[in-house]
Amino acid sequence: MALTTPGEIAANAAKRKARPTPRVELSELRRKNDVAGTVFKGLLLGGIFVTFLILIVLLVQVVRDGSNVLTGRLGDFLSSGLGSSPEISGIAQALRGTFYVTLITALVAFPLGIASALYLEEYAPKSRLTNFINLNIRNLAGVPSVVYGILGLTIFVNGWGIRSITGGRTPIAAGLTLAALVLPIVIITATEALRGVPRALREAGYGVGATKSEVIKDHVLPYAAPGILTGTLLSIARAAGEAAPLILIGATTGFLSDIPGWGDVTQAREPFTALPIIIASWARQPQEGFKVDNAAAAIVVLVVFVLLVNAAAIFMRNRFERKRAGL
Amino acid sequence: MTTSVEVSDLRGSPARHRKEARVAFVFRSAALVSILISVLIVGSLAVEALAFVVDVDWSKVWGEDAIGWFPRRNVFGILTLVSATLIVTAIAMVVALPLGLAAAIYLSEYASPRVRKILKPALEILAGIPSVVLGFFALRFLAPQVVGRVFADAAPANLAAAGIGVGILAIPLVASISEDGLGAVPDSLREASAGLGARKLTTTTRVVLPAALSGLIAAFIVAVSRAIGETMVVFIAGGAADSALQNFNPIEPGLTMTAAMASVASGTDNVAGEGPAFQSLFFVGILLFAVTLILNVLANKVVNKYRQEY
Repeated sequence: MALTTPGEIAANAAKRKARPTPRVELSELRRKNDVAGTVFKGLLLGGIFVTFLILIVLLVQVVRDGSNVLTGRLGDFLSSGLGSSPEISGIAQALRGTFYVTLITALVAFPLGIASALYLEEYAPKSRLTNFINLNIRNLAGVPSVVYGILGLTIFVNGWGIRSITGGRTPIAAGLTLAALVLPIVIITATEALRGVPRALREAGYGVGATKSEVIKDHVLPYAAPGILTGTLLSIARAAGEAAPLILIGATTGFLSDIPGWGDVTQAREPFTALPIIIASWARQPQEGFKVDNAAAAIVVLVVFVLLVNAAAIFMRNRFERKRAGL
Repeated sequence: MTTSVEVSDLRGSPARHRKEARVAFVFRSAALVSILISVLIVGSLAVEALAFVVDVDWSKVWGEDAIGWFPRRNVFGILTLVSATLIVTAIAMVVALPLGLAAAIYLSEYASPRVRKILKPALEILAGIPSVVLGFFALRFLAPQVVGRVFADAAPANLAAAGIGVGILAIPLVASISEDGLGAVPDSLREASAGLGARKLTTTTRVVLPAALSGLIAAFIVAVSRAIGETMVVFIAGGAADSALQNFNPIEPGLTMTAAMASVASGTDNVAGEGPAFQSLFFVGILLFAVTLILNVLANKVVNKYRQEY
């Protein structure tokens, strides 16, 4: 092969320069009118718009229906008990009932759920039994809430020997029922939070001679705490809004004799009512005062509570996600 | 002189071992509680349901004499409940699938991180609204303002309004499961499609959606299961107090399986009772449990299948 002289190289370069390069404008590569694409995106946005429109209409409707009670006699509404006419009825007992039921649900479901998640994530061997437990939890999460009501009615209300502990149709029985209902959700969210804990953290713990339970207590749980807390908060909101299981176990909708104090723990073993139960019962009454004004006002109270808990959970998750991302 | 270390020296104190074993035992027991709950659910349903199956006059459950659901008159036309349940579920799916899917596709394929940050929590708010609230909304707004406007002769409370209400409840569920499915499609597929010159629409509809199909099917199945099991919306807005005639018309009142259970149980003295009316609660309950369980198992199977593909 002939060696190219410096002169030839220079000549070649000059020739290349002289040849015009084909120019492609960016605009030519762009699709001119992507009508179908625009329509599709418009449809998606339209769907989202409709969803949020529904949400807004719902909230407006409820607030408007409840405005008479909320502006006219809010204090009275919050401090009165169930009554025979709408103007004197209130949600005092329902608030206490919901408070105690949710409290008992949390006290039972959280430790049990977190302990289950710890077993499944940290201890469980890869075995048939473990697979079965996992599968069972996922299936329990899909069981309709009325069916949990049947469980509550048969076991916690009428169960042989259990009735003497729960006292029958009481907040304790309701709390246990709802604890069974939210347990799978608590386990699943806690398991996910535990899965997010880096292996290195555990290995560092073992490396300095900590035992499994020490690693869990000092490293795994603190790291997973925000995730676990978010999940458990959401399940509390869910439990507070559940009505179907409480109807099944026979929460009172008609009349309760008195309004116990907030701190009176004996009401946990007395007949009770709860906010969602009262809403359902009022909404089915023929009188406008019950079915519109009172039901809507009670809904506003319930929704405010549920949304506050949800907002707290979402806020916490976002905060910790940002913190983690910054690490 | 060398110090010899025996293996036993490295094993820590027996007290520490005992503590470890105790902790493991406690956690393990907690995990077994969920199995106990399943056993108790099936047990509490089965005993009384079996009594119903044995005692009941079957001509009043299925056939010409089963003209509706009248538990207090010992007529238990199960077809009445099943048809109402199917009507509500079908209407709910017509509402929830397009809206939920639109939200999922937009969030997964189109939304910028900033838009996502606003849309996601808003959907979570909708997901957090208790079902009694949707029941009230269906009765107060959907029945008169939506169904009543379209069908002038619709009953003031009807299955269609309840169905739309259940559908609204299911939107966030469909959206979140579908979005998981879409998110599981690897980006390399999207990039390959874009690299071949496909526009976004083509990539989304021809590549991403088919690849996520099993996730979308799972979302559909779970939503159906949820709609079948939803109680309060139908109990409040379905229009039937505690009994119903056989009815296939969505703009008339009706009683779903769940609403029938709530009706039998509501009213303070009914729950304690015995006899077929009380036992029918468990019979319907076990049917409901079986149907939703089958659907959930199916959804899990479908989801696991697509997990293995990628």
